[in-house]
Amino acid sequence: MMEKSSITVKNLYKKFDGFTLDHISFQVPRGRIVGFIGENGAGKSTTIKLILDQLKRDGGEIQILGGPNGSCQQKETMGVVFDECKFHPVLNAKDVGRILSGSYRTWDWNLFTQYTKRFAIPLNKPISQFSKGMKMKLSILCALSHKPQILILDEATTGLDPVVRNEILDIFLEFIQDEEHSVLFSTHMLPDIQKVADYVVLIHKGKIIFEEKKDDLIDNYGVIRCRKSEVPHVSPKDYVCSRETDLTREYLVRDRGIAKKKYPSLMVDKASVEEIMLFYIKGGAK
Amino acid sequence: MEILISNSSDKPIYEQICIQVKSLIMDGTLSAGEMLPSMRALAKDLHISVITVQRAYEDLTRDGFIETVSGKGCFVAPQNKEWIQEEQLRIAEGFLEKAAQIGRAHGIAYERMANILKLFFEE
Repeated sequence: MMEKSSITVKNLYKKFDGFTLDHISFQVPRGRIVGFIGENGAGKSTTIKLILDQLKRDGGEIQILGGPNGSCQQKETMGVVFDECKFHPVLNAKDVGRILSGSYRTWDWNLFTQYTKRFAIPLNKPISQFSKGMKMKLSILCALSHKPQILILDEATTGLDPVVRNEILDIFLEFIQDEEHSVLFSTHMLPDIQKVADYVVLIHKGKIIFEEKKDDLIDNYGVIRCRKSEVPHVSPKDYVCSRETDLTREYLVRDRGIAKKKYPSLMVDKASVEEIMLFYIKGGAK
Repeated sequence: MEILISNSSDKPIYEQICIQVKSLIMDGTLSAGEMLPSMRALAKDLHISVITVQRAYEDLTRDGFIETVSGKGCFVAPQNKEWIQEEQLRIAEGFLEKAAQIGRAHGIAYERMANILKLFFEE
């Protein structure tokens, strides 16, 4: 990837008791949406906290918009949303805006008011009476109201209904109408990734398994499916990993076109991001 | 610009965009010099990733259907439709010639071949 990058993570290393983030590298190019996927406990949130300088790294490098991470000015360039609403329940949206307007020099009240109208967020109702979707929308619109260059979301769409999730994807696409903006979002909702992400980064047990263009995953990857009784001769160099059920054996291949030509008698399907992830994580060795 | 994306199609999304823009240009819905929506705007409208649209626009540029003016956007390239059609016909002729050779060599009746072409055409 030779694109200009918003976030560059290089050989990032962090050791905890029982978990190591093992020299991971990836980037978030400018103007792009990057989906960050992996199991619970794979290291997504740790990576995001390291990017945000909420955790100290033990090694490696993180660059934000060309400079090392951690400065206050830089934090203003990032809009951050976590999986739960961190605002105190007795406050209302207006209070939250007032507090944040004091924390960010770049806070834009006009933008904040526009967004609250658009997402039908009441200004004077205490947050304790908000639904989960409303709380998430409030978190996101607060992150956007200080005009960041980078939007970072850690499982922000988890537990939300499809309508709200779709609205959030709309916000992402709207946000990157400015070519300098970019989005890094981690989620378990893989259909969301499949819709709007430009790149997908899969992390597993503290290691990056792949960093690929989403289109390459969807347009090229495939799954060979066959009955166990058939014992097909799929050569180990033709597939990435395989998995078995009681009746079937399946192989993940990088190029389904080639697989179709080489094994015309076998069924070769498209693979969704979800299937690809399951293969890499659950798939057995060759 | 009206474009429909099918999720169940075997064709990649960038190819679907490409084909539809080409046919919009060929049937005159989009005329030379007309501005196309920006890649980012189209991605947003279709609810797909920007890279997908970028790939489609790159292919359309490569095939001479659109031109990119840096800082301004993408425009429908001025072109001679008859010439394009003629070009495409020549390519199709090549394939048909091959089909005819296979048919002759293996005793496949002309009618069977013609029917197959008809079937594909109506697809």
